[in-house]
Amino acid sequence: MGQKTKAIVINDRDNVATALVSIEADASLVIEHQGRRKEITMRSVVPAGHKFALCEINRGEYVVKYGEPIGIALVRIRPGEHAHVHNVRSRSRRDEE
Amino acid sequence: MTFQGFRRPDGKAGTRNYVLVIPSVGCAQHTAQSVAGSLKGAVYLPNTLGCGQIGADREQTKRVLVGFGTNPNVFSVLVVGLGCESIPAKEVAAGISASGKRVECLEIQSSGGPRRTAGAGRRLVKEMLADAARVEREPIPASELILGTECGGSDYTSGLASNPALGFASDLIIAEGGTVILSETPELIGAEHIIAKRARSRGIAREVLEATAWWENKAIESGQDIREANPSPGNIAGGITTLEEKSLGCIYKAGTAPLEEVIPYACSPSKKGLIFMDTPAHDIEQLTDMVAGGAQIVAFTTGRGTPIGSPIAPVIKLTANGELYRTMSDAIDVDVSRLLKGSETLKHAGQRIFERIMVTASGKRTKAERLGQRDFCIFTVGTHI
Repeated sequence: MGQKTKAIVINDRDNVATALVSIEADASLVIEHQGRRKEITMRSVVPAGHKFALCEINRGEYVVKYGEPIGIALVRIRPGEHAHVHNVRSRSRRDEE
Repeated sequence: MTFQGFRRPDGKAGTRNYVLVIPSVGCAQHTAQSVAGSLKGAVYLPNTLGCGQIGADREQTKRVLVGFGTNPNVFSVLVVGLGCESIPAKEVAAGISASGKRVECLEIQSSGGPRRTAGAGRRLVKEMLADAARVEREPIPASELILGTECGGSDYTSGLASNPALGFASDLIIAEGGTVILSETPELIGAEHIIAKRARSRGIAREVLEATAWWENKAIESGQDIREANPSPGNIAGGITTLEEKSLGCIYKAGTAPLEEVIPYACSPSKKGLIFMDTPAHDIEQLTDMVAGGAQIVAFTTGRGTPIGSPIAPVIKLTANGELYRTMSDAIDVDVSRLLKGSETLKHAGQRIFERIMVTASGKRTKAERLGQRDFCIFTVGTHI
């Protein structure tokens, strides 16, 4: 990973990346994802440490980071969109049963 | 590989050499503080419990107090009680003296009141300190280390960098034959299946899953959804969205070793290797119980920053948040933020942490020790009256 890396994808199964620095709206990043290089444009500011979607995540689908589900999308989340508490909720034990 | 430590009569080895003053009840706390306060090398526990406790709660408090006295970082102990409390000072003292170290006991009501008790206590502690000064560090195998691991004030850098780097160091400790404690059960929720898969047996895997279910149900019984209370506002501002995301980042601290045992709060491991201790996520309660269980040293990752330390064990603070290291350099020991910039490898950062653990075990003071942080809190499980 070079000095200029602004975001990191931890696992190939992930559908979000984590910003390592604050990324301004409309900025484009080239991200390596599942063996392909993708250009993703931020739809809003993504603060340092926050996540953005790498692909379309439909409402009710899992948000995946570290190769594991970390939550459920509350609404459809588009590529480059900030994914956080406003559009992702925790899976409760009821979801798992 | 060895560290320079203190051998104790029961065969265990410590990284520090304190004389500990334990108030066995909150009413004796101030007197205990007056005894230890002015004497270098003596510390007291800010314990407010010990009375009005029944059943499992009483047992837990006693176990923590005895555990602290028994911890090999402690050379000898003075227990100070009041005289009428639920957990008599003599009972705590008897539990500790099984370790073979010198334990004395004073009760305020039978020693002529707080001033006389403090005076008698200071005379005893001065004797103990003189004896403690004669003990020297000697080479102790790293296999005798019990490292507590913790994360607190986490942000996105914790799961990405500082926890994985600590995990690398955890693997090195275990490769030396040592023990690493992973705890903080509520912050295993969402990742418990990963730890359970590493269990040595199906029984141990089941214990992991039962522990996390217990915590989640406990919250539900009191009308709370634990996944709404955790992550904290600070975690959320720092990029962590859900409890599952936090937990998945937390478990990296445990490295890759198989899970050997699941133990209750403040109990001692009976095996070496990676151990899971069932504890609350409350930072100070978690710290307290790992030390009560015998951890002689703790490695603690943070992203937002926290100064806490233990009265008797060195707590090494690690961060991968470079900004935090600059702004809170009085509280943070090791910076691994270069991992995120790509200018340090995980192996190199993990090795640095392992080396810091070894030199700290041999006497190098942590920032928390220099700050005089003596944080202590016992988790209560029942009603007290």
